[in-house]
Parts: sequence; C-alpha cells; structure tokens
Amino acid sequence: MKSNLRYSLQITVALLVLFLLLLMSVRYGSNQTSAGTVFNAIFHYDPKDIDQRIIVSIRIPRVLGAMLIGAALAVSGALMQSVTKNPMADSGLLGINAGAAFMLTLCFTFFPKMSTLNTTAFSVIGAGISAGLVFLISSLKKSQMSPTILVLAGMAISAFFTAISEGVAVVANLKQDLAFWHFGGISAVSWAQLTRLGPWIIIALIVVYFMSSNLNLLSLSDDSIKSLGKNILSIRLLALVCVVILSGISVSLVGAVAFVGLIIPHIAKFLVGTDNKKVIPMTVLLGADLTVLADLIARTIDPPRETPFGIIISLVGVPFFIYLARRDGNQI
Amino acid sequence: MNIIETKKVCVNYDKKLTIHDLSIQIPKGQITTLIGPNGCGKSTLIRTIARLLKPCNGSVFLDSENIEQKKTSEMAKEVAVLPQSSDVANDMTVQELVTFGRIPYRHRFSSLSKLDHEKIDWAMEKASVQDLADRHLSTLSGGQRQRAWIAMAIAQDTDTIILDEPTTYLDLTHQLDVMLLIKELNEKEDRTIVMALHDLNHAARFSDQLIAIKNGFLQKAGTVDQVITKENLRNIFNIDANIVEDHGKPMILSYDRWRSGESA
Repeated sequence: MKSNLRYSLQITVALLVLFLLLLMSVRYGSNQTSAGTVFNAIFHYDPKDIDQRIIVSIRIPRVLGAMLIGAALAVSGALMQSVTKNPMADSGLLGINAGAAFMLTLCFTFFPKMSTLNTTAFSVIGAGISAGLVFLISSLKKSQMSPTILVLAGMAISAFFTAISEGVAVVANLKQDLAFWHFGGISAVSWAQLTRLGPWIIIALIVVYFMSSNLNLLSLSDDSIKSLGKNILSIRLLALVCVVILSGISVSLVGAVAFVGLIIPHIAKFLVGTDNKKVIPMTVLLGADLTVLADLIARTIDPPRETPFGIIISLVGVPFFIYLARRDGNQI
Repeated sequence: MNIIETKKVCVNYDKKLTIHDLSIQIPKGQITTLIGPNGCGKSTLIRTIARLLKPCNGSVFLDSENIEQKKTSEMAKEVAVLPQSSDVANDMTVQELVTFGRIPYRHRFSSLSKLDHEKIDWAMEKASVQDLADRHLSTLSGGQRQRAWIAMAIAQDTDTIILDEPTTYLDLTHQLDVMLLIKELNEKEDRTIVMALHDLNHAARFSDQLIAIKNGFLQKAGTVDQVITKENLRNIFNIDANIVEDHGKPMILSYDRWRSGESA
C-alpha cells in the first residue's frame, strides 16, 4: 500500500511538471507573450490578434506535438528494451529511423515540391517497410522473433537503408536538407499533422498500457512464457507493431531523436520499480516532460534562431547514458 | 494409471534427430526421473512432453489426450514447467516472480483474485521463500533463487510439475533442500513429478520410476531397482559402478571408467 501511495505521488508530480511546462512552452518563445494573451488565446480566441494567432496556430500544435512525440519515443524505447531483453535497446534497432530517412531522401530527391504533410506520410511508410523487413527476417527461422536475431536483422536492414539514402543524398546534393532532420526539430508540427497522426499515437499508447502485464512476462525465457500458457509470438508482435506506430510517426515528424527512448524508461524504472503497469504511465509522462522541456530550451536559448532540440536531448542524454553503462557494468 | 505417455516420438532439434522412436509411460502421482549422459536427449524429451517442442513423428498424450490438440492456455493449468536456464528476470522480486504462476488463471484485464493471493502465499510458504518475498532475484543465492522458481511452478497449481535439472549449480545442501521440497510436493500435495537429473544417487533416492536414455534411444525404464544395476550403468554411462544399498535404495559408492576386457 505504501508503494502505491508513493507511486500516486510520483505520477501527480510528473503530471504537474508537464502541465507547468506546457503552459510555459505556450507562453515563451522567440516572441514573448503575456499570460493574459495565452489565456485569451485559449478561452476567447480572437483571430485578429497576431500574438493570439501565433499561439493557436503555431505554438499549441507544436507543444502538443512535442508532448505526444516525447511520450511515444519513450514508450517505444521501453517496449524495445522489454522485447529484446537489452537495456540499451531503442526503436532505432528496428530499422525505423533508417527506413524513415530513406523515404524522406527519396521524396526530397524526386518530388522536391511535396508538402510536409505528404513527406511525413511517406516516411511513416518507410519506417513501416523497414520494420516489416526486420520482422520478416526474424520470423523466418522458427525463432519466434528471438531477441538476438531481431537485433541482428535490425542492424542489417538499418545499414542497408542508410547506405542507399546516403548514396542518393550525395548524388542529389541533399546533405543540407537532411541535416536538420537528423538533428531533430519540432518546429514543423502543424494542426493538420497533429490531427492526422496524433490519434494513432494515443491509441497505441492505450494498447501498450493494457498489455503491460504481458510485457512483464517478456523478462522470462521463451520456455517459461509458453509453459505459463501465453503465446510469445503474439505478445512480441503486438509490442513491435506499437513500436512501429509510435516511433515511426515520431521519427517522421521530428527526425531521428536519440536518447529519449533510451533514458526515459530507465529513469521511470528507477522511480517506480520494474512492474510495467507503473513503468509505462511514468515513461509516458517523463518522456513528455523531457521533450517539451528540450523544445522549450531549443526555442529560447538563442532567439530568434532555433537550436535543434535533438542536440539538447543528447547533451542531457549522453552523460546519463555513460552513467547507466557504468552502473550496469559494475553489476557484472 | 499413466498421466503422460509418449508413443513412438521422434524429435528434431537443430536439424538433428535427437530422439528416436521413444515410447515411455509416466505414472500418475509418482516421481519419474530421466537419466542419461549429457546430450542424450533428456532436455529435448522434457521439452517435448511439456509441449515446448513439437515431435516430428509420434504423439505425446496427457491424460490420454493428444497434447497437440490442447491449447497452450489449457496445458498451463495441467502442467507446470521449470526450464533449465532460469537465469533471467533478475531485476524482479520473488513475489513478482511467484505471481507469474497465476497467469494461466487470470482473465485479460482482471487483477489478482483472493484465490490468487492465497495460492501465491501458499506457494511461497511451501518453498520457504515467504521471508524473501520483497527481495530481488539478483540478490539471492543460487539455492534461494531456485526455490523461488519452484514456488512459481507451485503457484501454477498443476497436477504435474516438470523440472529440468533443478539442482544444477547448487551446493550439496541446497541440492538436498530442493530434492526434499520436490519429494514433499509429491507426497503431501500428490503432484506427479517428472524431472531430469544428473546425480544418480539423488535419482535413486527420491524417484519411484527411472527412465534411462542414451543417444536419443530409450535404454531402460522401470523402478529404481530395475534400472540402477551394474550392467545398466555400464550400458548407459560406460562406467563400472560399485553399487551398495542404503536405506533400501541402491547407491553408487564409487565408479570408474569401464574398460572392455576386464570382467564386469
């Protein structure tokens, strides 16, 4: 009972922090607005007021996007770590980043005038294709998607798509256009993207929450899971499909943002223990917290220019990663 | 009455035929132990009767019903399995591990029932791990960890428990603890036990039936006295064993490599 109280408290704090960060993010940016303008923009929207228009049409979708994407990336990291039994795994291992980058390169090369909405859609498809290939390879042998084969197939497919897109980018002289995508940035998230892609993220997050007790099981051996009467293949497959939806959409929207998926699940486990029924909600909130915060810093640290927020997340992430690697190393 | 029966089972493992035409009977309510040299097919057979491997020929029957016709979820209510390598899941607590044993009885979104809680407490008490309930598996000794895993199998509350080398890597006291616990489950709770063991003296002391396997073939099956004989041990393990009697059971006092030419 005591641990439940602690958990409720932690969730409440994380929620409050998120709420505060969301408000600050809507208010602060390259041009400052007063709290009153924010209030009016939300409750008495006046389209003639330019400040209110900036808030409603640019900042709010961007901030909501940052929130959803942070949650999505963090949860897909947690899923990947459970499925592969590897604490250093994230969604990049499924070839998702490489597949999305590949499609984006093709779009930039052959359809340079394509709208952002469409390029995003295509890179979601690219992420799906490369993840699908990884699934296919890892279920070829009767291995039931064994973690080792999954990781190896993911690395091979990633290398393959990266090689092609780098080649195409060099030939078509696209390095500049792709650079920003590789660093990651949320500036482009619009209402149109949010309303089309956001619901998928929300549905996938709900599915993940309801399968969290099955995720706990994944830490057992295949034989143990089967003898408890569960179908491992279907648990793994459902988890990986959620990974593809969550991180495929995120990566397509904001680029290959590293470390959210890697570090957030570990912080969440550090706080609430190993039960995924608690880990998943905490991961959602902390992922949203970190990404909204990083985006806020990215916009305000050097206005009016924007620092790619992937850089900010990595600046926080790398030291933490080294700390984790050292800590885990000590146990062995 | 036989709870488990295999009829002319062949099993492929890693593209090699590891079990050939094997027909065995495992009587209900008894302890049956598989013995044989490393790589003889003990583990493969254990996994086959637990429905973790599919035979390429022949069938396995549980309560006279072909297990291929059973659902995985039904099997889990009748047979609990403790696989050989249980060295995963180290960051969870004993209680969390034992709770997994109730999975076959849980419905999709429901939380633990009163019965589940009772069975979990009972299983932890049986395996004497109730004092370790909140400890992480990684902080336990090998013997404690093995008892925690056995508690999970007990919580599954099945008539049959299958264990693959449950005493491997344990020192002799912990080996004995585990064997006594298994014996108690058989005698007091009336569970059928099927296990693979390397220690022939433990096998002889604690089992009712022995099944000896060599190179994937059935070598000898029967009561302890029928199987543990000088001649059988020579055939199965290629050893020259000095067998004595202890507490009415055969015991191997010493053994040496068997050399052809010497009189057996």
